[in-house]
Amino acid sequence: MKEFNYTITDEIGIHARPAGMLVKEAGNYPAKITITCNGKSADAKRLMALMTLGVKHGDIVTVQVEGEQEEETMAAMEHFFQTNL
Amino acid sequence: MEKYSGKTIFQGIAIGKIKFYQNEEKTVKRCRIEDTTEEVNRYETAKETAIAQLNELYQKACKEVGEVNAAVFEVHAMMLEDADYNDSVKNIIEQQNVNAEYAVAITGDNFSKMFAEMDDEYFKARSADILDISDRVVAVLSGNTKEKYNFDEPVILVSDDLAPSETVQMDKSKLLAFVTRYGSSNSHTAILARTMMIPALIGIEIKEEWDGKNAIVDGINGILYIEPEADILQEMQEKQQKMLQERKLLAELKGKEDVTKSGKKIKLFANIGSVSDVTDVLKNDAAGIGLFRSEFLYLQQDHLPTEEEQFQVYKTVAENMAGRKVIIRTLDIGADKQVDYLHLAKEDNPAMGYRAIRICLTQTDIFKTQLRALFRASKFGNIAIMFPMIISVDEVKKIKAIVNEVKQELDNAGFSYGNVELGIMIETPAAVMMSDELSKEVDFFSIGTNDLTQYTLAIDRQNAKLDEFYDSHHPAVLRMIQMVIQNAHKNNCWVGICGELGADLTLTRQFIEMGIDELSVSPSFVLPIRKIIRELD
Repeated sequence: MKEFNYTITDEIGIHARPAGMLVKEAGNYPAKITITCNGKSADAKRLMALMTLGVKHGDIVTVQVEGEQEEETMAAMEHFFQTNL
Repeated sequence: MEKYSGKTIFQGIAIGKIKFYQNEEKTVKRCRIEDTTEEVNRYETAKETAIAQLNELYQKACKEVGEVNAAVFEVHAMMLEDADYNDSVKNIIEQQNVNAEYAVAITGDNFSKMFAEMDDEYFKARSADILDISDRVVAVLSGNTKEKYNFDEPVILVSDDLAPSETVQMDKSKLLAFVTRYGSSNSHTAILARTMMIPALIGIEIKEEWDGKNAIVDGINGILYIEPEADILQEMQEKQQKMLQERKLLAELKGKEDVTKSGKKIKLFANIGSVSDVTDVLKNDAAGIGLFRSEFLYLQQDHLPTEEEQFQVYKTVAENMAGRKVIIRTLDIGADKQVDYLHLAKEDNPAMGYRAIRICLTQTDIFKTQLRALFRASKFGNIAIMFPMIISVDEVKKIKAIVNEVKQELDNAGFSYGNVELGIMIETPAAVMMSDELSKEVDFFSIGTNDLTQYTLAIDRQNAKLDEFYDSHHPAVLRMIQMVIQNAHKNNCWVGICGELGADLTLTRQFIEMGIDELSVSPSFVLPIRKIIRELD
């Protein structure tokens, strides 16, 4: 299992659009991807769960990757967060 | 006449008849189902249809309101594919032996409650999205097609609430404004209203009896008038005309480059005096801020603004301008402005007195605090700094030495900063005469025509007796501008105008012919000048 922390810089947080994009991106990888924020966790492939985390600007999220192609998935997730959130 | 106050969603004025729109009763019957596998299939089919509809809406909205705003429908389609949502619908069908309509309605209610209970206003507002997608699936399941927004004449639509899909489906040529009881300024419907530029008010206790009555939506002040009186009607019609003209200009020129027909690009920036002015800068589509007067920081308070107070202001402006240039002018105060804590002695001639850079180079602690805040904020955007009231190369060298000290101190303290262009105001005849030498020292010049004219003509603009001698287009000033541009360009220094003359539409052509690189004007002048620039050869 691998993980990284990221501080959200998007003004609204993980709002509907980036959440949708994240679900799409996560769907490209077989590994289990979990987003944790303020003590709550959600599967990055599940849109509603992701949105109900209510991640706001300035929140620190932990992204955990577990399963096949961990390295590749980690790199893709880090790139996604830096570009979109 | 009756008056009601609400919250403005889009600042526009609409005048017309009210159409009261009653949301359809959405009662979903619960029925017992024996063949749950078939019912799940029925749900799957309906869901696919709903997604296809949403994709179609997405295409329509892309054309009408742009990709960013259309994204709501893409998100809606994705929500319908959400595993948790679908699991819930299927579980309810299978475990309770009920019809798909009921399972979708219950699932929609549950998920929307989850969002409604969140703290953040943005996420709270998403509960309406969930209800909207669930209603859509239920409508497909029960064979309802939505065709209820066809009005014969343009109307002010009054309703409890509107879903984003309802808003987009409306025929815009028949929609003057909408007024709702519910909704929030974060809702997608509100966002769509703003994009489609439809005047809208929310939070008004609507009444069915208004149906068919004449009304005015004043989206500027957030007021709804029912059966308005003649004088109000006339006032609003005039306001509406003015806004329409401005909007026409905007629609024509927003997002367009500031470039002449022969391809000469001009930086068309705006002047601001406070953080709140940034809204106007963005609204009028300026390519940057050419003069941010930092004085308000010093005038609004009873103490010198701290580094942190200044940093927050500069950072906010830089971030809001999102990479566009923000030129901030350092302290430009003299004895003509009352700043008690600076203890400036009264002077007979403050325009030529202890002011601006002269204070900064004497009381370097004040100067360094401002510079530290500016450099720290520079990594959050594209900040440039300019210094007022320069008369000599020596002053610029002193400034640069202090700037280097500040950078060294920031390095030592572990602060990072961006690449900051340094420039000076050309507003004294001395600076004009020395512009060949000065341009070797800095990245840019900004000509402050107000002071330059006053110092060159030796005319105090406040003195009405001198009006007959004053000529804002005096050839001496225009020749100076030409000279400054020529000298600066020899040394790769770019030149702008940030004084009132920059916004003089009758001079735009001449300035461009002289080779000016930038014009910085009040936000409301940006588009009129863009129009001229684009029409020049």
